[in-house]
Amino acid sequence: MAPERPQRILLPVRVGWIVASFAAALLLNFVPWQPAGLTPDFVALTLAFWCVRQPRLVGLGAGWLLGLLTDAGSGVLLGQHALAYSLLAFAAITLSRRMLWFSVWGQALHVAALLLFAQGVALLVRLAAGVDFPGWTLIVAPLLGAALWPVLSFMLLAPQRRPIEVDETRPI
Amino acid sequence: MEHTPPPFFKRGPAPLVRLAFFASLSLALLVLDARFRYVEGLRQALVLAAQPLQELAALPGALAGRIAGYFSSQSQLRDDNAALRRQLVESSQSVQRLEAALAETEQLRRLAGVAERRGAKGMAAEILYNTRDPYARKVIINRGAQHGVRPGAPVIDEIGVVGQVTRAHPGASEVTLLIDKDQAIPIQVVRNGLRAVAFGSGASGMLELRFMAANAEIEAGDRLVSSGLDGLYPPGLAVATVTRVERDATSSFARILCQPAAGVERGRFVLVLNAEARAAPYPEEAAAERERDTRAGKVRRVRKKAADGA
Repeated sequence: MAPERPQRILLPVRVGWIVASFAAALLLNFVPWQPAGLTPDFVALTLAFWCVRQPRLVGLGAGWLLGLLTDAGSGVLLGQHALAYSLLAFAAITLSRRMLWFSVWGQALHVAALLLFAQGVALLVRLAAGVDFPGWTLIVAPLLGAALWPVLSFMLLAPQRRPIEVDETRPI
Repeated sequence: MEHTPPPFFKRGPAPLVRLAFFASLSLALLVLDARFRYVEGLRQALVLAAQPLQELAALPGALAGRIAGYFSSQSQLRDDNAALRRQLVESSQSVQRLEAALAETEQLRRLAGVAERRGAKGMAAEILYNTRDPYARKVIINRGAQHGVRPGAPVIDEIGVVGQVTRAHPGASEVTLLIDKDQAIPIQVVRNGLRAVAFGSGASGMLELRFMAANAEIEAGDRLVSSGLDGLYPPGLAVATVTRVERDATSSFARILCQPAAGVERGRFVLVLNAEARAAPYPEEAAAERERDTRAGKVRRVRKKAADGA
């Protein structure tokens, strides 16, 4: 099975760009959106993206550290997001070879499953710590996050696309 | 000679091993944090690392608020002004009566030899935002440890109790609202002085009186104020109004739901009270004091006897 459309050959990624994207995602997560419960988790989305695209650069360790920062920043139990993000990173790396064969909306479906999985892990942790089930609005945030996937992958891949100017001396 | 794979095949431990490592690390942290609260130091360090991002993230909202405030129309300001003036006139009368009553009570208390209660000091704070966590009812306020906020301090608004500071970061603190499931406050029914403890009930935004006997004398419409028995909340602050009492023959407890009095989920400005203002002495200290007093009394009696004998 081949991708339906021809794909661009991408330039190698810069580590600085990955770090900057994670910083921006943390920033977006800390913005006090209203209503607070329905905001997609930008860090989880960015983590899933880099785990799918660069499984050798970004993995469980990065997810775990980002999770700890998110935990401290949002004042929840330390380890809740760390656990959810490491599991998310693992699942995304496992799926990475498969996902890239799909069109961008097919990938978004996979991402919806990944984000719901991470949300489910966080829910289990909180239920074990003794909270009530907060209602089914919980699944809105992961679905919104998955809907943002095409935009996110366009933006995060932009620096890796080949420059548009045509070089006459180059064979391809 | 040892055969090792060339370095470009080395990819570290297998993913499953890494997953097991990080998952067990997270679970250990979770247990340490939830059960023993051992990792507050690590949390403070992480908060410090995340704080610049948080401050940057709060900027657009603050800026929008300032711009909206700038463009709030003059007529609205005039209306507000008139309403506030009216309110002032209306309340000044009751304030005068309250002042007279306070002076009278103070005098009586001094006569009775009761320690003069100091008025709790307060610090005004602004609610910055609700926390992102969908499982808890918490808000972040813009006063923190560097302004003197301590964990445990009660937080009130102009009507009644809003909640309690649960974590004080350097520049901001986290306030757990009364309606959070893990939050409790000792209360007293104004009508008959019945004491109880009100718990938050989570998502519904109501308070609940648990473990009240089915025949407890309480009815819908009763006002609940803080009883001050915990030595933390000052007594007499409005907490809630009972909205529904369900008495079920199958259960020995009544189910009592109350509506919080203060704008727990509304409003922007709150007052953080001083946590130590009313802390009662610990029982050991009190007991030691009493012992000392009785011993002093005995000595005095012995001396008196000796004086009588002489």
